[in-house]
This record gives sequence, structure tokens and C-alpha cells, in this order.
Amino acid sequence: MPPPDLFLYSDEFQRIQEILQRLRQDSSANVVFLVDKNGQQIAAVGDLETLDTTSLASLTAGNVAATDGLARLIGEREFSILFHEGEKDHLHISIVGERVILVVIFDDRSSLGLVRLRVRRATAELAKVFQEAAAKGEKESLVADLETPFSEITEEDIDRLFSE
Amino acid sequence: MVFINYAARELNCKIVYYGPGLCGKTTNLRHVYDRTDAAARGRMISLATDTDRTLFFDFLPLDLGPVRGFQTRFHLYTVPGQVFYDASRKLILKGVDGLIFVADSQEARMEANVESIRNLDKNLKEQGYDIATIPYALQLNKRDLPAILPADEMSRLLKVKGEPTFESTATTGAGVFETLKEVARQVLMDLKKK
Repeated sequence: MPPPDLFLYSDEFQRIQEILQRLRQDSSANVVFLVDKNGQQIAAVGDLETLDTTSLASLTAGNVAATDGLARLIGEREFSILFHEGEKDHLHISIVGERVILVVIFDDRSSLGLVRLRVRRATAELAKVFQEAAAKGEKESLVADLETPFSEITEEDIDRLFSE
Repeated sequence: MVFINYAARELNCKIVYYGPGLCGKTTNLRHVYDRTDAAARGRMISLATDTDRTLFFDFLPLDLGPVRGFQTRFHLYTVPGQVFYDASRKLILKGVDGLIFVADSQEARMEANVESIRNLDKNLKEQGYDIATIPYALQLNKRDLPAILPADEMSRLLKVKGEPTFESTATTGAGVFETLKEVARQVLMDLKKK
């Protein structure tokens, strides 16, 4: 079965932002962001003004998916860490709880060792938040008449999206 | 898997264009890109070979405005159509919410169309999806070319479940938005049932 829909409520989102913010400070990184494995950006902190985070999210997910495919070809379950070294900026990519991708962009003010160390702690904290969110999602989907804002979607709503 | 961020009030859906090599998937995306207001679209990314064949995927994010107070984003992807890129196609189907099958109307490509639909069905099953229930539309592309099959004959050959079918010429844009809108409609209407 495909993974269940991911629901993120305000309190979890807040906690995720705080973890990312702390990771960014502790590792002296420029940008820290979280993407789900399908390429949807979940959260991001840091110098984001000049960064195309949507493209970054999609390409990161594609990169991880391709690398996962390579891992399986040689009999590994996954490569849990990817590292891309540039002239000035570097990308550290790691997997959180098999479902989410944590990306850290840093330059020579930091180091790979420091980033790896801080990422390890943040990963454990993030995994906990996602576990709790998943448990909450399961619990709430058991409530038969859970109200979603989309239960009232009409054809007119959809026409409006494509009106221009 | 629709990603709903209640905190940021965002709704993200993934739509994939599938079909045999050179059927016009990338051309569909280019037309959507060209005809969408710059504020509503992101950068279009094409991971292509030197000869402009899709190697991994094309990607186009669209921000279509709010539905019920939620900012609605569609992430459009194409798969590489060439038969030997099957491993890449499987990866791109992960987390798909809706599918557009782009069929090449030329008579000589009918076998490739049939083979590609069979491949889609197999790859969806492997990911735990069912073509019978996933939002899906069939697009009969390249209607402007000579030596094409009549639309009703193509429908008979290629339809899998009575899905909505659109005739198109992606190079001019005819039928492109109609197909996209239909699948977007099905994806959003699916949310209603959840």
C-alpha cells in the first residue's frame, strides 16, 4: 500500500521549525529544510530569499529516490546519508524515519563533521515528531465524521482555479 | 498522497504525465508553463539528455490559488517515455495523486501506446495503487498529424475504465489545459470523500 496521507497540525509544525532553527544555529549552516520523499517541502529555515526551494525540494527527492534505487540494486536497503561537495557550498542530505528528507546547506564556516554530529541529534528529535503526527493521524481518521475543509469542495471552486 | 499542511494552510498534489517516448508529455508541460502567469508558476526543470529526450523527469510547480482557504499547489511531473527508463518511471510514480496518459495518435505508435499503458498498470500495482481508482484521464495527442487513428478507435484500444478522454495538439496547446483541469478536478473531488 502507498503510505497514508500526511497531516501536519500547527503544534507539530511549530516543533519542526524549532528543531530546524536550532540545527541551523548549532551547525552554523546557511539553510536547513525538510522535504517528504515525494518532493513536497515541509519546512525550511535560513537564507531562503535567493533560493528556489520548490525546485530544490523536487530535485532532492529525485536524487534520494534515484540513490535508493541504486542502493537496492547492490543489496542495500538505503543510503541514509548523501553528501555533495561544492567549491563554496555543500549539501548534506539524510533520511528521517524512512519518509522525510533533511537537507543542510553549509559553507566553509562550518564543517562536514559538525553538520553530521548535529544532524544526528536533530534526526532523532524529528523522527519522534513524525511518529507522533502519524499516530495522531491514524487516531483521528478513525473518527468517522472528522471534518475536513475539503468536504464542501464544489465544481465552482475548481473552475475558479482554472479561470484564467 | 496529497500533502495537507494545516499549519501553513497549503494543499500539495502530484500529477504525473505518462506515455510512450515522444508522445508529447514534455510538450504538454511546456505549454502549461508558457500559458501560466509568472506569479502562479515556479521554474520548470527538465532533466534531459543532450538531444532533449527526458532522462529522469520534467517538473513544473503550479500555484493555482486558494480552495476553501487552502493555497492549492499542483506539482506536475513527466516520466521518461523510453522503454529502458522503467526504473526511473517507477520512482516518479511514488506519491502520485493523479495521472494523465498521453497517447500518440499516429497509427504506427499504437503498439507503443498499448505497451506503455500496460507498463503503467504494472508499475502502479507495484507501488500499491490501482489504475481503476486513481484519478486518471486519457489524452489523444498529435491530432494535427497525418496517418492518425480516429479518436473512437483509439478510445476503444486504450481506455481502461471509461475515463474522460481529450483530443489534443500539445504543440499548439489545444486540449492541454482541459486534460489537466479534469485530473485536478478528480484529485480534489477525491479529497471530499476522505
